[in-house]
Amino acid sequence: MNLKWLEDWFEKIEPKGKWSWLGSTYEAFHTFAFTPKTVTKRGSHIRDAVDMKRSIIIVVIALIPALLFGMWNIGHQTAISTGADWHWFYMWWFGFLRMLPMIAVSYIVGLFIEFAFAQYRGHEVNEGFLATGLLIPMIVPVTTPLWQLALAVAFAVIIGKEVFGGSGMNFLNPALVARAFLFFAYPTHMSGDKVWIANDLWGSDAIAGATPMGQLATGTHLSASALDMLIGTIPGSTCETSVIAIALGAILLLMTGIASWRIMLSVFLGGGAMGLLFNAIGYNDYMQLPFYYHFLMGGFAFGAVFMATDPVTAAQTNTGKWIYGLLIGAFAVLLRVCNPAYPEGMMLSILFMNCMAPLIDHCVVAANIKRRERRALK
Amino acid sequence: MKNFDLIKLPFSKNNPILVQVLGVCSCLAVTAQLKPAVVMALSVTVVVVLANLIISLLRNTIPPRIRIIVQLVVVSTLVVLVDQVLKAYVYDVSKQLSVFVGLIITNCIVMGRLEAFAMVQKPWPSVLDGLGNGLGYSVILIVLGFVRELFGSGTLWGYPVAEKLGLYSIGYENNGLMIMPPMALILVGLIIWWHRSRNKDLCE
Repeated sequence: MNLKWLEDWFEKIEPKGKWSWLGSTYEAFHTFAFTPKTVTKRGSHIRDAVDMKRSIIIVVIALIPALLFGMWNIGHQTAISTGADWHWFYMWWFGFLRMLPMIAVSYIVGLFIEFAFAQYRGHEVNEGFLATGLLIPMIVPVTTPLWQLALAVAFAVIIGKEVFGGSGMNFLNPALVARAFLFFAYPTHMSGDKVWIANDLWGSDAIAGATPMGQLATGTHLSASALDMLIGTIPGSTCETSVIAIALGAILLLMTGIASWRIMLSVFLGGGAMGLLFNAIGYNDYMQLPFYYHFLMGGFAFGAVFMATDPVTAAQTNTGKWIYGLLIGAFAVLLRVCNPAYPEGMMLSILFMNCMAPLIDHCVVAANIKRRERRALK
Repeated sequence: MKNFDLIKLPFSKNNPILVQVLGVCSCLAVTAQLKPAVVMALSVTVVVVLANLIISLLRNTIPPRIRIIVQLVVVSTLVVLVDQVLKAYVYDVSKQLSVFVGLIITNCIVMGRLEAFAMVQKPWPSVLDGLGNGLGYSVILIVLGFVRELFGSGTLWGYPVAEKLGLYSIGYENNGLMIMPPMALILVGLIIWWHRSRNKDLCE
């Protein structure tokens, strides 16, 4: 494909003189369209094709199975609840139309703030928000009002990221900051029975329908089978219900090495171990739930694959990654079973361990130094 | 230092909350609503002014080794007086503030001014210093109380602003995070951010 005309056009509009303050916006779009021409000229550097742009795009691609399935499931849940007899494609179309404004709002608000900060500080615009902006609408209930979503995105980008210096400097996962903001600021839209199923194409009206997590927290009978939860045909946040779709994304992330297998595995191990411990105690019905149910319900799988593995906010050392992952899984299950105020513990568990990750790394590094010191002095 | 600076600096480059980062505990705890925030601000200002005055008058007679105890006695006496006045005239606010009136005794702004200023300065500058720091603290408290009550409860001084403007009927909702103390910390952080970006020399 000959893109000479586009290149010429980019060269023509390159901001100069009094417009040069728009440099980083120009840069962002230019490098989005073309590979940068400038390369390091001197000194020895490791050259690698994987830069931030590419790794973020792989994350976005890995999200697509969950996104497409989530769109179908939105329509599917509405069809079941209203008793409508819809074709599977119409279900998907319904979900697509519900998701589209949320994704648009998330990207427009988030990118506007990112560009504004980059301009003001003279930074380059980072690609990090491309993944965050897609993640945020995927982990909220489908009926979340758009203005609340916009506020949450603004909060996440400013308080979760830009305050600390932008992508790579944040210590909390921005997508989860947005969800936590919504969870604490507008709890009636984020939990309970009346938020998970859209009533019609527009507006935030919802049909009552509890998620498996909600049913377990209130002590009612769990209506979904393990197979339903594995496939994901259950009410829940928009795109996090299907473990199979998430697994497809996980395979891509692991094959490309974007996400750490240590973290992913250890989150499941930690959750499983906590689940088995509760099985052994067996004090109430929730504790007697088979341990693998915890992997299938709520945001556990989505959090383990896409949130906990965020390389910026996770622990950096290999030993640290094991500790970080195990504790995320364990705390998530602990919160679910023991704290009735928070039916889903995954979000708070990951955010909590995000805060602890630097401490874990520090301890791992300090222990390593001490071990080597002992060995050297022997 | 000129006397006018004693009043002026706590508002700008030496604000007790933004720069000295003192008195943060009470500023997170009592600012969910405007009214308790104002009452708290006034109480602290009164205590710090009077304590500064009394300690400054006594400064040459206080043995250095027991000066903290003497300061504490003076401050606690003043706080008990303030507490009694609040109970007598604004009982509902006094109940809302609960332990935080008593905790003015441990407010680091009060002890900080006594130790750093009143112990070595004459009475009149001490009064001005107390007034400046008390008001510098008050400004932040009132801003926080204003923002948090407006967005957290949709009211101002108990007046239902959001309801009168008809915001609820078009889908507006109060922000539950605003009435939680963590959001006060974030707001203080934002104010510090704004303040530091205006006073570059404060950045480390």
